[in-house]
Amino acid sequence: MPAVQETVDRVRRIDVDQYRYGFETLIESEKAPKGLSEDTVRFISAKKNEPVWMLDWRLGAYRRWLTMTEPTWARVNYPKIDYQDIYYYAAPKPKKQLTSLDEIDPEILKTYEKLGIPLREVAVLEGVAQPEGERAKIAVDAVFDSVSVATTFKDELKKAGVIFMPISEAIREHPELVKAYLGSVVPTSDNFFATLNSAVFSDGSFVYVPPGVRCPMELSTYFRINERNTGQFERTLIIADKGSYVSYLEGCTAPQRDENQLHAAVVELVALDDAEIKYSTVQNWYPGNSEGKGGIYNFVTKRGDCRGKNSKISWTQVETGSAITWKYPSCILRGDNSRGEFYSIAISNGFQQVDSGTKMLHLGKNTTSRIISKGIAAGKSQNTYRGLVTAHRKATGARNFTACDSLLIGDKCGAHTVPYIEAKNSSATFEHEATTSKISEDVLFYCTQRGLSQEEAVGLVVNGFVKDVLQQLPMEFAVEAQKLISISLEGSVG
Amino acid sequence: MPLLEVKDLCVSVEDREILHALSLTVNKGELHAIMGPNGSGKSTLSHVIAGKPGYEVTGGEILFNGEDLLAMEPDERAAKGVFLAFQYPVEIPGVATMNFLRTALNAQRKARGESEYSTPDFLKKVRDVAKSLNIPQDMLRRGVNVGFSGGEKKRNEILQMALFEPALCILDEMDSGLDIDALRIAADGVNALRAPERAMVVITHYQRLLNYIIPDYVHVMSRGRVVKSGGKELALELEESGYAQFDDAA
Repeated sequence: MPAVQETVDRVRRIDVDQYRYGFETLIESEKAPKGLSEDTVRFISAKKNEPVWMLDWRLGAYRRWLTMTEPTWARVNYPKIDYQDIYYYAAPKPKKQLTSLDEIDPEILKTYEKLGIPLREVAVLEGVAQPEGERAKIAVDAVFDSVSVATTFKDELKKAGVIFMPISEAIREHPELVKAYLGSVVPTSDNFFATLNSAVFSDGSFVYVPPGVRCPMELSTYFRINERNTGQFERTLIIADKGSYVSYLEGCTAPQRDENQLHAAVVELVALDDAEIKYSTVQNWYPGNSEGKGGIYNFVTKRGDCRGKNSKISWTQVETGSAITWKYPSCILRGDNSRGEFYSIAISNGFQQVDSGTKMLHLGKNTTSRIISKGIAAGKSQNTYRGLVTAHRKATGARNFTACDSLLIGDKCGAHTVPYIEAKNSSATFEHEATTSKISEDVLFYCTQRGLSQEEAVGLVVNGFVKDVLQQLPMEFAVEAQKLISISLEGSVG
Repeated sequence: MPLLEVKDLCVSVEDREILHALSLTVNKGELHAIMGPNGSGKSTLSHVIAGKPGYEVTGGEILFNGEDLLAMEPDERAAKGVFLAFQYPVEIPGVATMNFLRTALNAQRKARGESEYSTPDFLKKVRDVAKSLNIPQDMLRRGVNVGFSGGEKKRNEILQMALFEPALCILDEMDSGLDIDALRIAADGVNALRAPERAMVVITHYQRLLNYIIPDYVHVMSRGRVVKSGGKELALELEESGYAQFDDAA
């Protein structure tokens, strides 16, 4: 069939030109010596003026890491990573001590401007109509390579009692909170990549919302890898104290490079009694070029702990970037009546490999979870949903609903669903639904017969497919995500 | 100039010739019925006119207002005024019918260099047309054809036909899967759209549709050729004698 062939040909021609964030910022930077050793860990800790307990924590993780092996169970293939050939720390060289946003290197501000990230405290995403006087405010923490360069709206948040700052500052300014919670959800011994992160993480965001406080604005972190051969290992810790609420957004981009770059982040969320955390990600790391060269290896551990009763953690992710994605944002449903949610759109094109999903671990009574996963595979990509739902023997009345839908565009890509379900008590109710479909030539013809171009037709069908998940994103991000989805699939059909 | 001129059209699918030097001329204001047994090439003809991928045109041409239709993409043909009402309209989950209609209509208008409809104007237009076709508002909010009954799907096709105001409407087996009441509603919708500037080609296996939609011309197809043409009485004749008589002629 000609159109099928054309579709496939276009997909084959898919080019990196569509990655619009592939530029590099020329800026002087300060790096740790290449490679990983105890000295590297000490170097990073010293750079951050960390207290001794923190250094010891890192060293403990490093020694543990030496005994661990890289996991191989995911459905991804990549050449062996040489962990001694990576820079573990890179920071823009400060011209002087920063005291306000105005003193940030203009080159970095320009970078964020190009990315559309508002670092000036006007913080309104373009293109979103807001009633006068009610402009949506988003506080942003921008992480450039290994350090946080700017956090906006600090004062306004402070008034509400919300702490939102780079984690390196939090270690110095709020050691009691960091000590109590860091590693309490993802322990230093958790897995190869998380342990590596524990040893060498350089920055990230820290959020604490005090009891009963509803965070007055969306919090957002923007991650940018700029330096060559540099890994990014950020660490995010969010604590929602009793009865509080916070919504947090995360975005990521990187320049186009021939070599692969490693991103091994850890995100820990803790929700105490009656608290709610909503965590949204729009991940658009550089995916590699048309031959599958370059791109980010995204090996990320994200886990939320519904520690208190009636607590709720909700993950929403739109994943379009990275050469390889290995991530399973999870919820530990420890508190009775707690609730975990996972909404995901994972798009793979070109040679991208995605192995992503979630874990819902039901420990408390009457805990509920909901998983909606939408995988879209185009080009020669492989897209796997991997999920684990378990009910502990004491988790009576646990309920889960899972729906995994995959959409294939063309005939050189693959979609896979690997669900693991374990119920250790008889009162648990788990439901699992899965579908795989193809954008059929009949649907495309129907749409084009009504006047839509092939590209518009695919966009329409895909947007219909992901609608349930897009609705979960904060409005400002939903607009951005919708654009991103169409960009990611540009050229995927004829 | 005729609106549609199919000249000596030869079409193959996977090296097997389906249409053999088929010719058909349709003028503005006319309604042509194309009848014939299953596999005679009726649907193939409608698909090739609309530009469905998968068919190889090995000879002949199709002119639409004198322009070479075969050189155009399906969406260009739609913008020029070619509309195909599908025998089996597809479902598009998650895309609200209303949204689909607006996206499609505006895409066509944009391609013709016309201004896009504003939301209130569009809504008013759709509501008026929907009302005349007995289509409830609730149906417009649902995903395109998702969970629609056979009758609803066909009415949705006619709704689009009314909305896009095409110059040429091709109705492929509009009566399939419809009971007599649903058929009557659909036929009324089609008759309301007959106009001096518009031509229609109605493809059907059975004569009964032509009791409701009265054709100006009837063509009988068999084995990829038009084997007989005549006035509306030809349909009645066929009803009595069947298609078998044409087997030898083809």
